[in-house]
Amino acid sequence: MLMRWFHQLGSPPYFQMLARRLSPWLAVPAVLLTAWGFYAGLVHAPPDYQQGDAFRIIYVHVPAAWLSLFVYTAMAVAAVIALVWRMKVAEAFVIAAAPIGASFTFLALVTGSIWGKPMWGTWWVWDARLTSELILLFLYLGVMALENAIEEPRSAARAASLLAIVGVVNVPIIHYSVEWWNTLHQGPTVTRFDAPAIEWSMLLPLLVSALGFTLLFAWLVLVRMRVILLRREAGSRWVREWLQNP
Amino acid sequence: MSGFLAMLRRDLLLLARQRGEAVHHVLFFLLLVALFPLGTRPAPDLLLSLAPALMWMAALLAALLSLDRLFRPDLEDGTLEQLLLSREPLALLVLAKVAAYWLGGGLIFVLVSPLVGLLLGVPAQAIPVIMLSLLLGTPVLGLIGAIGVALTLGLQRAGVLLSLLVFPLYVPVLIFGAGAMQAAIEGLPAAGPLYMLSGLLLLAISLAPLAAAAALRISLE
Repeated sequence: MLMRWFHQLGSPPYFQMLARRLSPWLAVPAVLLTAWGFYAGLVHAPPDYQQGDAFRIIYVHVPAAWLSLFVYTAMAVAAVIALVWRMKVAEAFVIAAAPIGASFTFLALVTGSIWGKPMWGTWWVWDARLTSELILLFLYLGVMALENAIEEPRSAARAASLLAIVGVVNVPIIHYSVEWWNTLHQGPTVTRFDAPAIEWSMLLPLLVSALGFTLLFAWLVLVRMRVILLRREAGSRWVREWLQNP
Repeated sequence: MSGFLAMLRRDLLLLARQRGEAVHHVLFFLLLVALFPLGTRPAPDLLLSLAPALMWMAALLAALLSLDRLFRPDLEDGTLEQLLLSREPLALLVLAKVAAYWLGGGLIFVLVSPLVGLLLGVPAQAIPVIMLSLLLGTPVLGLIGAIGVALTLGLQRAGVLLSLLVFPLYVPVLIFGAGAMQAAIEGLPAAGPLYMLSGLLLLAISLAPLAAAAALRISLE
């Protein structure tokens, strides 16, 4: 039963139909949850006792940072499926997810630097987490650039998939080596403020907007996958039929 | 194993017939280090504090510039396709090619590094650690680079793209390699980063050839 569903999912026409039906179920909750999370976080949550209102950027920053890692992991899982079972839908996921993941990573970096300015007094610190997030962005860009450079779409997707797998093996190594590096070169005395256990009224909006961002990603990736698959299969019969009778 | 040895022997023979390559490596390393002080003040303490970063950046750049010769000549004369068809495991052949490539490039770097260290005013007691860190680190550059170069083999010019693919993956080598040098220059024990480098080397030897072999199959499909 599960195996059959797995095989069906690998078929682009079936996927097209499923993704179309699924889209509104993802889009509406994504927008509602993100909107509520932002509203509650920006307006209702109490100001931080140390940082005042400046901490509120957390409601964008943390969900974006969480997704930057989540998307890369999901991409690597899809990449394994793409290489082992040669599934077109999985290849499409890898290609579709990379720019979205890169955008979230970029958003996390930008919001982090905006947050850093009032808190640490500078836009950029060679903090371990910041540095590994920056390298994660380069890993995303590498996958995208490789996929762009190779003309034949299927081998481009397979090459990008392999690179994503190599990258995911390296992400923890890079993370811990960067952490080690930062403790070795203890830089200027810019340390992370001690985070007290977060108050429930602050935490709930954070969790909700993280969930909203995740659904937003799922929706966006489905839209991009549908476009990619339609373009790739442009010559085939199911696309023509589907376009005439969507 | 016979395939591994045959491959290694062939590549080393090719290398021996073109000895110029090795000389180019030496000159590249020396030139880069000779030009660097011209871009800043020739203050000894400044050069000393930058020495580890400079040596590793030179190693990274040299790897980037020379990686193309790992598979490209074999692709052009058709040898690579024969390797893909052979009964020997491709990963083992890739490992042999990287080993030969390293003997003709990375090893020379290791041998020249005392001279370069002298130019930068590195204290003599730090030289063994510098050589050891390059000895452990440069093969990793070749092994990881083999994956990147195999992935971009289908492209006419891979240059800048290759750097985008492999440089982020070089971060751990850079950190532990330069960390070991830094510790040695300051007279601190350097065993920790050297152990980490050895770990990276073992990991790269066991996994990178498999990934590079898969990448070759994708590129030549």
